[in-house]
Amino acid sequence: MLSRNDIDNLANLARIALSEEEKAKLQKDMEAILGYVSELQKAPASIDSETERQKPENYYLRNMMREDEEPFEAGLNTETILSQAPKRQGDYFVTKKILGDSIS
Amino acid sequence: MKLNSEQLQKLTIESAHAGLVSGDFTAVELAEAYLTEIEKKNPKLNAYLEVFMDVKEQAEMADKKIAEAKKAGQEKDLDILTGIPMAIKDNILIKGRRCSSASKMLENYVATYDATVIKKLKEKGVVFLGRTNMDEFAMGGSTENSAFGVTKNPHDTTRVSGGSSGGSATAVGGNLGLVALGSDTGGSIRQPSAFCGTVGLKPTYGAVSRYGVMAMASSLDQIGPIAKTVADAEIVFDAIRGWDKFDSTSYDLPKISKAGNNPSVSSERKKKIKIGVPESFLNQGGIDEVILKNFRDTLTKLEKAGCEIKPVEMPNLHYSLACYYITVFSEVSANMARFDGVRYGAHLEGKDLLEDYLKTRGEKLGREVRRRIMLGTYVLSAGYYDAYYNKAAQVRELIRRDYAKAFEVVDVVATPVAPSPAFEIGKNTSDPLQMYLEDIFTVPINLAGVPGMSVPTGFTPSTTTAPNGLPLAIQIVAPWRRDDILFELGKIIESCQI
Repeated sequence: MLSRNDIDNLANLARIALSEEEKAKLQKDMEAILGYVSELQKAPASIDSETERQKPENYYLRNMMREDEEPFEAGLNTETILSQAPKRQGDYFVTKKILGDSIS
Repeated sequence: MKLNSEQLQKLTIESAHAGLVSGDFTAVELAEAYLTEIEKKNPKLNAYLEVFMDVKEQAEMADKKIAEAKKAGQEKDLDILTGIPMAIKDNILIKGRRCSSASKMLENYVATYDATVIKKLKEKGVVFLGRTNMDEFAMGGSTENSAFGVTKNPHDTTRVSGGSSGGSATAVGGNLGLVALGSDTGGSIRQPSAFCGTVGLKPTYGAVSRYGVMAMASSLDQIGPIAKTVADAEIVFDAIRGWDKFDSTSYDLPKISKAGNNPSVSSERKKKIKIGVPESFLNQGGIDEVILKNFRDTLTKLEKAGCEIKPVEMPNLHYSLACYYITVFSEVSANMARFDGVRYGAHLEGKDLLEDYLKTRGEKLGREVRRRIMLGTYVLSAGYYDAYYNKAAQVRELIRRDYAKAFEVVDVVATPVAPSPAFEIGKNTSDPLQMYLEDIFTVPINLAGVPGMSVPTGFTPSTTTAPNGLPLAIQIVAPWRRDDILFELGKIIESCQI
């Protein structure tokens, strides 16, 4: 079901470097887990028609929205937040450039 | 008065409060008694990852509050939690203190703000003893996924404490803390409570603000108490719940549990409590005999105590585990994307930004976390999204309806908490699927968003490694926003055990 190539792709998408040993074990474990959770396909449909299925009111879970207002005063938390940065320069996080010879 | 181990063992929040107010002991003496226990037992049990250096200072502050209230003749206005020593799971932020989620990724992270629950407890004068061990980022059911070693079961040190809030459960069950906070995404408060002989409450989703708890699966996570008694759990729940502007899924729950000040409830309660048992879910196999027998015995006792037991049909419950894990993988892969090695947490140097990410996440996130991110990435990828995530969202709705239907005829649904008592350390570590199957009874509650509580119901026969036997427990589940029914029935269950 899952090829070794799939594992390589997923690891890259998830931004996780994996050893060869772990990839082999993951391939086996993920197949077993995905095999198990696939039993869900046998479950009946809660909503029969596709139009009804698209309506959020048919699910009890929905997004909770709020107005984008009352922001914190600018700079109020800057020092606290930056104190946890692995690397900082003044009021900025330091990271490597994303444009150039090594985009992936 | 100095408190010894036996005296601590007998304390509840209420009796500790009485002792503090009457002056039998001070908050400093109470805190120091726990520090002595921790020093003695924690090296073996590994319940705490860190014991705070300023416990005594915190207790002094509480003593000052108590003295002031007494001087003004206002003992009655003193909060019941003032001076109460509490253990906090390592994924709940306390400003200025380390908070690691038991991960190498956040080993040196210092919380930049207080979680709402912490803010509330601070105002009441709670003394925070330390931060407790857990499965990394709350992913697991045994604390074996902690980056800092397993937490052992206080009743049998060859066995796990359960998880993910295993450190909190061992702290309370092993007398290393009076009460604790945990978090529960699929059983992480209830299952370790069952394993360690404590009471564990997963409140109704939204009853307690999640602001400041590290997110694992946001549509399922909820903070709750781990305590020695149902009354203690209720006290802590009442202290931490309520609407919070920083968590838009939170809301206020009317207080209806005490003194029947909600007339509809108290008149309704003059009738028998009806307990529903989803029989077909219990007959699925794979459940330890000792668990089933204890569960049936408990139901018989409850019947004698005046409850009515009846079977309920909940045909979709057996899809819960598959539905739960697809949902969790999906939400985990999204929530864990924040760990980029740039803004906070660990950072490993690569040749470019991509390699920084790959190395940091590959080395600093643990094996189970990496596995769940990979699975989440898979089930959310184009072409699979409908078959997995969308299907899970629909089945989740079916499970919710199963509860809604059951609660038309019963007040509470009861099942065991876990398919076995605490298992041996290492038993499931090489087989992740087997580990997931341990969550069968606890996950449907989170999917439906209903409140659930684990209440102790005795012990297994003694063994060489567990001289007093292993704890057993029942799980009771109430309708949305009716956490009060759990306290009412929980107290009846406790009184049946004597």
